[in-house]
Amino acid sequence: MNEIAAPTIEYGQLAPMLLVFGAAILGVLVEAFAPRYMRKAIHVPLTLLALVGSFALVLVQVFVNGVPTAPSAMGAVAVDGPTLFLWAVIAVLAFVSVLLINDEDNFVAQASAVPGSIEEEDAEVAGMSQTEVYPLVLFAVGGMLLFAASNDLLIMFVALEVMSLPLYLLCGLARRRRLLSQEAAVKYFLLGAFSSAFFLFGMAFVYGYAGSVDLSAIHQALPNVGGQDTLLVVGTALLGVGLLFKIGAAPFQAWKPDVYQGAPTPITALMASGTLVAAFGAVLRVFWVALGGFEWDWRPVMWGVAILTMVVGAILAITQTDIKRMLAYSSIAHAGFLLTGVIATGGPEQNQNALSGLLFYLLAYGITTVGAFAIVTMVRDAGGEAGHLSRWAGLGKRSPMLAGIFAFFLLAFAGIPLTSGFFGKYAVFSAAVAGGVLPLVIVGVVTSAIAAFFYVRVIVLMFFSDPAADGPSVAAPTIGTATVVAVAAAATVVLGVFPEPMLDLANKAAATLFVR
Amino acid sequence: METAEIIQNTGGVIGVSWLMIALPLLGAVVLLLGGRRTNGWGHLLGVAMSVASFVVAVVAFIEILGLAEDQRRQAVPLYDFIPGLAKMGLLIDPLSICFALLITGVGSLIHIYSIGYMSHDPDRRRFFAYLNLFVAAMLLLVLADNYVGLYIGWEGVGLASYLLIGFWQHKPSAATAAKKAFIVNRVGDFGLAIGIFTIWTTFGSVAYGPVFEVAGQADQGVLTAIGLLLLLGACGKSAQLPLQSWLLDAMEGPTPVSALIHAATMVTAGVYLVVRSGAIYFHAETAQFVVTIVGVATLLAGAIIGCAKDDIKKALAGSTMSQIGYMMLAAGLGPVGYAFAIAHLITHGFFKANMFLGAGSVMHAMNDEVDMRKYGGLWPVMKVTAVTFLTGYLAIIGFPLLSGYFTKDGIIEATMHVNPVLGWLAVAGAGITGFYMSRVMFMTFFGKRRWAEDAHPHESPAVMTIPLIILSVGSVFLGAFLILSNRLTLFLAPAVGRPKDLLEFHWNSTPGLVTLALVAAGVALAWVKYGRAEVPQVAPRGSFLTTFARRDLYGDALNESLFMRPGQWLTRIAVFFDNRGVDGLVNGLAAGIGGTSGRLRRLQNGFVRSYAMSILFGAAVVVGALLYVGTM
Repeated sequence: MNEIAAPTIEYGQLAPMLLVFGAAILGVLVEAFAPRYMRKAIHVPLTLLALVGSFALVLVQVFVNGVPTAPSAMGAVAVDGPTLFLWAVIAVLAFVSVLLINDEDNFVAQASAVPGSIEEEDAEVAGMSQTEVYPLVLFAVGGMLLFAASNDLLIMFVALEVMSLPLYLLCGLARRRRLLSQEAAVKYFLLGAFSSAFFLFGMAFVYGYAGSVDLSAIHQALPNVGGQDTLLVVGTALLGVGLLFKIGAAPFQAWKPDVYQGAPTPITALMASGTLVAAFGAVLRVFWVALGGFEWDWRPVMWGVAILTMVVGAILAITQTDIKRMLAYSSIAHAGFLLTGVIATGGPEQNQNALSGLLFYLLAYGITTVGAFAIVTMVRDAGGEAGHLSRWAGLGKRSPMLAGIFAFFLLAFAGIPLTSGFFGKYAVFSAAVAGGVLPLVIVGVVTSAIAAFFYVRVIVLMFFSDPAADGPSVAAPTIGTATVVAVAAAATVVLGVFPEPMLDLANKAAATLFVR
Repeated sequence: METAEIIQNTGGVIGVSWLMIALPLLGAVVLLLGGRRTNGWGHLLGVAMSVASFVVAVVAFIEILGLAEDQRRQAVPLYDFIPGLAKMGLLIDPLSICFALLITGVGSLIHIYSIGYMSHDPDRRRFFAYLNLFVAAMLLLVLADNYVGLYIGWEGVGLASYLLIGFWQHKPSAATAAKKAFIVNRVGDFGLAIGIFTIWTTFGSVAYGPVFEVAGQADQGVLTAIGLLLLLGACGKSAQLPLQSWLLDAMEGPTPVSALIHAATMVTAGVYLVVRSGAIYFHAETAQFVVTIVGVATLLAGAIIGCAKDDIKKALAGSTMSQIGYMMLAAGLGPVGYAFAIAHLITHGFFKANMFLGAGSVMHAMNDEVDMRKYGGLWPVMKVTAVTFLTGYLAIIGFPLLSGYFTKDGIIEATMHVNPVLGWLAVAGAGITGFYMSRVMFMTFFGKRRWAEDAHPHESPAVMTIPLIILSVGSVFLGAFLILSNRLTLFLAPAVGRPKDLLEFHWNSTPGLVTLALVAAGVALAWVKYGRAEVPQVAPRGSFLTTFARRDLYGDALNESLFMRPGQWLTRIAVFFDNRGVDGLVNGLAAGIGGTSGRLRRLQNGFVRSYAMSILFGAAVVVGALLYVGTM
């Protein structure tokens, strides 16, 4: 009888992730044992501390222990330069998102009560709140951390589910327009499950080809196994479908607008920033760590996906009338720009430029996105957030400060110089030109121009239209929301005016490349 | 051209001379950001900052006097401004300290005067903020040790000038005048900017020290080009032909502004630029000659315009143009003229500020009436103003032993030395000055009272008359002090070079005597026409020549037909093309994209089954495409 060897696990290297999971489990215990009125008071500091701790542990890993040069936990998790950078980014984005989530007005009082029922009213009157939100968020964030770092397809699948399942639930917890929210949750769940199946199926094919689910092993198998190419090709395609669904690339983008619109806005902010970052980490891993020698086959298809994503995102955003749907399509277009960076990652030295550009872009885009959604939560009328764009007319005259910051975020999305968005786009596109994907860059620039139209349209609407008589009011921001807006605005300025230090950091993170 | 070496400063008050700029700048920032909260004490802060800056300048000046001659040019490095291009630093030398003293000294007096003059204006605080901003920018202009710093100050004073001309922006005429000044200055600033670019590409530096050291080694043509471009900048700022048209309209601003910016300091920045760039002009004789031509042409044009204006401030503005023409002429003569240009600039700063403030005092007394045909016989009711104005008047016409007598005579002598033709034209200009300034004097203070019925003239308060008295003392004595025994020439020598032979002052030189005779004739003629004879309340039609002068020598008409109308046509054509051609294309494209968007949007029907279908379809396409690529 064979003994099962005890796995060696480098707890130190995994600590940033384990801390988040640990805090999540603690959160569940709090739900179970703490009295209802105390829960929130425990959850909020616990969650924030866990994320700060995670961030600090990443710093410790980078600056004290040094970046590991081999995969950890028996090759299942790769804690390398890009992973650590993405971990830090996810921790920051999750932290600011939690500050938004803390604003209680966004979540339903009792999720189990039927919308519009007497129970719902009772729960609201009783001042109940669904504090499970916090452990759920922590589980999702833990999943994101693992997703971006997995070096093994099975682990990656587990991470995918750990990340997604809490998000499905969280999507259905909006306080207002609950039916829309629940519809979004169900849609997200069904389509997510559907795409997970593709991922799983692809994994089976790849295993059939390589005889392993370990990314490093798949990479080694590439040149050696002959005659089984069809297995690999179909496996690559199906894995790609599962991952492209998560980043919302066309033609797998259909869920994004509906879910972004229906979900509570703080959760939308978390998904649009954190999930996107994690999913790009996974895409990079699958396509470069495992399938790095196979790019002549998958690159042309990825070209098509990237072009389609940019075009669909930019064009469909034009006719949107809801601010959150517009931002969802904008997020699709940005996913296309980011895919350009993924494709541009190529030979060794090229790898580094495109990769560091991509890392910088993810950070810049993520933080600006959270800021933009934070402002969306503040513009309200009687029915909750004033989502329809016509309600935003003349906002610049009522609250010039808020509208000014929002306009600034929109300009950053459009990639106007002196904003972080400009340097993100510049870094990715210039690396892409050097990497020989000029046509993609041309499409990227043209679609950026189209995208600028709908960003500027909102600015024009805010500043050059007369406000409606019964227009939305701007809620006085809570300290948390105000902090988020301030941090996001400051980051957008600083990364746009002095991008050097952060670009340096991204360069250093990319310099070691991925460990195999 | 021999100047002293620029040495590194090693402390002392010169080491903190940046305070001169920082203090008024701080004042401007506090007053502008502080808003209404600072209304109560804003004017006092403005005055305090200006006076403090003056004190620093005086102490620095004393420190310079205590140094040996070859130690008197000190560089004060501040910070790395544009890495690789320019280090920001100050150059404290005899030339720049003269300007600093004039700007802060006369500036402080005008600040004090403004307390009284603007006391009824609800926006007095904003006015002082702009004045402080002006002082800071002007000091940066003259103290910077490189052309980029000079340019920043140059644009700063342009901004302050724009803001202050249009200070009463509710008056359309003021708003238009402000815009006109800004646009005309744009032409000059453009020339200056290109000049600085050329200096950078030619010499690889924009700092005075390195550039002047190697100025002689550059190509003659390039040097001439630089000289002419800098002159273009100088013409814009100093209202010299052909960019003179804005100065007369600039009189729409409050009178202290006319005194400080449009008479005593800012408009002399062009003279500073030419004198400071002496090393470049030294090697570019053509450019230098053009400077003298511009100077003579402007001094005559300004004098002729001054003869026909009935608006007291516009008459004085014409005279400002004319006097700066004298300075420009002297600055074009090279080292022999520099000291006289600066001497005339300083004395002019005093006597012209003196007369402008006097004019302001008269306007204050006459309900803001500016038409001299509605004045007359004012001296018994406002004696202090009349006496101080008289000293300024005597100084500008060159009455013996007063300031203008020495400085203008110096310019004429130096010009005779270099180019007698220009010299005699300058003498003629002095004669015309005698006429038009006497006209102002007689029409305002003497003759019959032609006041409006509701006018009750009275003397101005002490806060306004005391600056007048101080300025009038300067108008009387400063010229003799600067010129006799070549005091200013020797003081400036380390900065601008020592002339080959020093010109001694002679009271009995031929040009000097002819000038005196012509001035006397001008005064007599003015007495006959405006002192003894009745002055009609409505201006008579006058001869062709009068109309010519009244219309500013058709400068505006020329600008309008040469630049404004073709410009308007060009805009119209561009708009036409933009509407029909460019917009047509863009709108068509936008409509196309919008239409596509609308059609594609229908795919997003909200049914999860169709979404799943699209995913399945997409997956099939991806698999198919990968398989297809694999077979290629």
